[in-house]
Amino acid sequence: MLGEGIVKGLIETARNFVGSYVDKDRLVTVQYPEERNPLPEAARNFPFLLYDGDDPEAGLRCVSCHICEKECPPRCIHIEKSTDKKPDFVGKQQFYPKVFNIDVSVCMSCQICVEVCPFDAIRMDKEFELSTDDRFGGLLWTKKELAKPNEYYQKIHPMEAAETDARRAEELKQTQAKAAAAAAAAAAKAAEAAKAAEAAKAGNGAAGKEPSA
Amino acid sequence: MSGKSMMEESAIGLDEQMGATYGAGRHTLKPDAEHESQILEVAIGPQHPSTHGVFRMDVQLDGERVVRLKPVFGYLHRNHEKIAENAAYLAAIPYTDRLDYLCSMTNNWGYVLAVEKLVGIAVPERTEYIRVIMAELTRFQNHSALVGFLLQDMGASGTPLMYAFREREKILDLFEAVSGARMMCNYLRFGGVRVDCTPEWLEETRQLVGRLPRFVDEFERLLRGNEILMARTQGVGVLPRELAVSAGVTGPMLRASGVNYDIRKVDRYGIYDRFKFRVPLGEHGDVYDRYMMRVLEMRESIAILEQALKEIPDGPVQDPKTKVRGLRPKVGEAYGRIESPKGELGFYLISDGTMNPYRYRVRPPCLINLTILEDMCLGLSVADVVVTLGSVDIVMGEVDR
Amino acid sequence: MSSPSIDPVGVDVSAEAIRAALVKGVPGCEATVVENGSPSAQHSLLLDHEHAVEAATFLRDHAEFRLDFCSNVTGVDWPDKEVTEKVKVTKVVDGPDGPKEQQVEETRKTLIPGYLETVYHLFSMEKKHGPVILRLRTANRGEGNHLPSLTPVWRSAEFQEREAFDLFGIVFDGHPDLRRILMWEDFTDHPMRKDYVPPEEDEPVMDDGCAPGSSAEQGAAGQ
Ligand code: SF4
Ligand code: SF4
Repeated sequence: MLGEGIVKGLIETARNFVGSYVDKDRLVTVQYPEERNPLPEAARNFPFLLYDGDDPEAGLRCVSCHICEKECPPRCIHIEKSTDKKPDFVGKQQFYPKVFNIDVSVCMSCQICVEVCPFDAIRMDKEFELSTDDRFGGLLWTKKELAKPNEYYQKIHPMEAAETDARRAEELKQTQAKAAAAAAAAAAKAAEAAKAAEAAKAGNGAAGKEPSA
Repeated sequence: MSGKSMMEESAIGLDEQMGATYGAGRHTLKPDAEHESQILEVAIGPQHPSTHGVFRMDVQLDGERVVRLKPVFGYLHRNHEKIAENAAYLAAIPYTDRLDYLCSMTNNWGYVLAVEKLVGIAVPERTEYIRVIMAELTRFQNHSALVGFLLQDMGASGTPLMYAFREREKILDLFEAVSGARMMCNYLRFGGVRVDCTPEWLEETRQLVGRLPRFVDEFERLLRGNEILMARTQGVGVLPRELAVSAGVTGPMLRASGVNYDIRKVDRYGIYDRFKFRVPLGEHGDVYDRYMMRVLEMRESIAILEQALKEIPDGPVQDPKTKVRGLRPKVGEAYGRIESPKGELGFYLISDGTMNPYRYRVRPPCLINLTILEDMCLGLSVADVVVTLGSVDIVMGEVDR
Repeated sequence: MSSPSIDPVGVDVSAEAIRAALVKGVPGCEATVVENGSPSAQHSLLLDHEHAVEAATFLRDHAEFRLDFCSNVTGVDWPDKEVTEKVKVTKVVDGPDGPKEQQVEETRKTLIPGYLETVYHLFSMEKKHGPVILRLRTANRGEGNHLPSLTPVWRSAEFQEREAFDLFGIVFDGHPDLRRILMWEDFTDHPMRKDYVPPEEDEPVMDDGCAPGSSAEQGAAGQ
């Protein structure tokens, strides 16, 4: 009968319509912005810089190695290296970026900068409501806007952050252990040197030559 | 101007030159001899809702019938190939996402496969399974979106498209959970994938794949046997088998014309030889066959997904010794190709031993499938041209590159 | 990594086998195997201009090869190259005690003229084998940028040869509809050539706007 197929299709539509009241699978619309779906942990948007502690200047992890700048596909990162150094989290003297700009209007959220950074200094944010009416300035983020504390990272990517933190804690422990060992070795060496000096003194004394003070 | 003289001008003397390759009847439609008719030139697009992006067709009409049709491209041209030639091998991956932006996972795979051939990188077992799962999910969501758009082009505004997008959305959520982005996944790496999928993700995928057959059934009940759909699609935009082969048409469109050629079966790239699946074939090569091909391929994708999700082994996803950053392949070249949802997606790379590819070429399935658009559309009415174009399945990001 | 160049039935479609068949089947055809050093081992065949169309038709209709599917057509630009090499030459030098032979090292500069190249990747839909790779090279990058078109043999080359014409400036003789495809009609240059210089932009662009002193920086300062 002509029209049978159409009627069958309409029955299907009706089933879907009624089903949307009871079946979560059929009603997927979310009334954004009042209602929001939670973003998954892996979600990414634009990069930000991490710092430890409270001071975004002193705690900034970036050592200005320029790797991310070179690897970024659209070249939207601009870094200028400092001339002086500051200690990093293990106490080693490192450079820091005097200027660190990301042009997020060019950034394509590819996460390659995060992947290549060997210092865990740059991570992806989840913030996506970033519209601005300033075409050129508003989307050029400087170090001030980019720096976010580690607590923020722990909040948005809990699993990833825990893994990073554990790795860094391990590194710190190792460095401290090494430093302690080195200190111990240095102390032992000093003690030895002192002893040797003592012995020499004694020997000298025996020889009857008083060392001049 | 009388219709006749105009036609004589436009029917450029190609027939004599081209002969067999073009098939008979090209540019030979003459205006109705009995009635004095006028040729009307219409530009469909670039801003036309039915052209699937910024794409223009310069059409000459005799009454309602198309007598000449010239596709015009380039509105979205950004010289993707040059960009990739100036970037490192790794940096080209996120750009491939933006080719066919509905199927970033398969685009990644095509490129990564070509580089793996160029350098000779082995891929771990688990990664192969993950790649198949991603590719088949991509195929499913692409086909479901396409069927929705096709029906939208036919005037079924809303319902089928929304149903299709509802399912697509769930697959995109899965992509986001593992790769971080819904469409621009940037997930595959040379010899691996960027991050492993968690067991929870796999479980979620299994559940979703379990629900997908119900969706396809529902979709078919909605449309199968619909008299309007049949009247609009059957016998429209017929692509004969010989022309399809000669014009290098690939993908579901080729198989709708009855040619059994699926690169998953022919090249057996990845681990496709381990899965049991069938290659659906059409008979008539019309829009209806192309539509059915997509529906049937969705079912085969589900079959592959079920097998892959059952068999996926544990293990590493990337050999730590594989160099991803700062790759410097030896001097040479390689052509790698995969069966993307649109057809054969090939990447041709020439290395001169430096950090950047010397030549990077994408073989875009959408562009080449459009070669025969004119041949399919001659003699049709404008409304049927829109449907025929819809059944080709084009994405302008890939056509224009 | 499975790219079987030998199909299950056992037709050998390696570059060497194709060359042998071509030399036998197309009289006068000059085909040279171009080696490929990468692990992919996809060697190709360089054809001469006069016999290219004939050879292509031969490969398409050959009962065993049946290369009916021309998958990929693309241009490659190889600009002029200057090669410096050091050579030892024996020269007669006037010494204090008469002319004497002496070994002298000389640097010689040779200019290897550039050319444009098209690469065709052929497969067989019927026999399901491939790829067979054909190459054609132009005489030079200037006036001699003509190549025979293979569109009359494989229709799939139509748009791809147009693209090579547009982006590389290779003129295909015998192409039915050789127009620009991706760039606009009035555009004069060929952007995929290695020596292409893009024209200056008149509008401020965001690209690289993150450098200090750029329009972006000034915009930020003006806030
Ligand atoms: S963010 Fe990381 S990669 Fe980039 S300069 Fe800083 S330390 Fe180097
Ligand atoms: S996310 Fe990608 S595009 Fe954006 S700054 Fe990082 S590397 Fe550059």
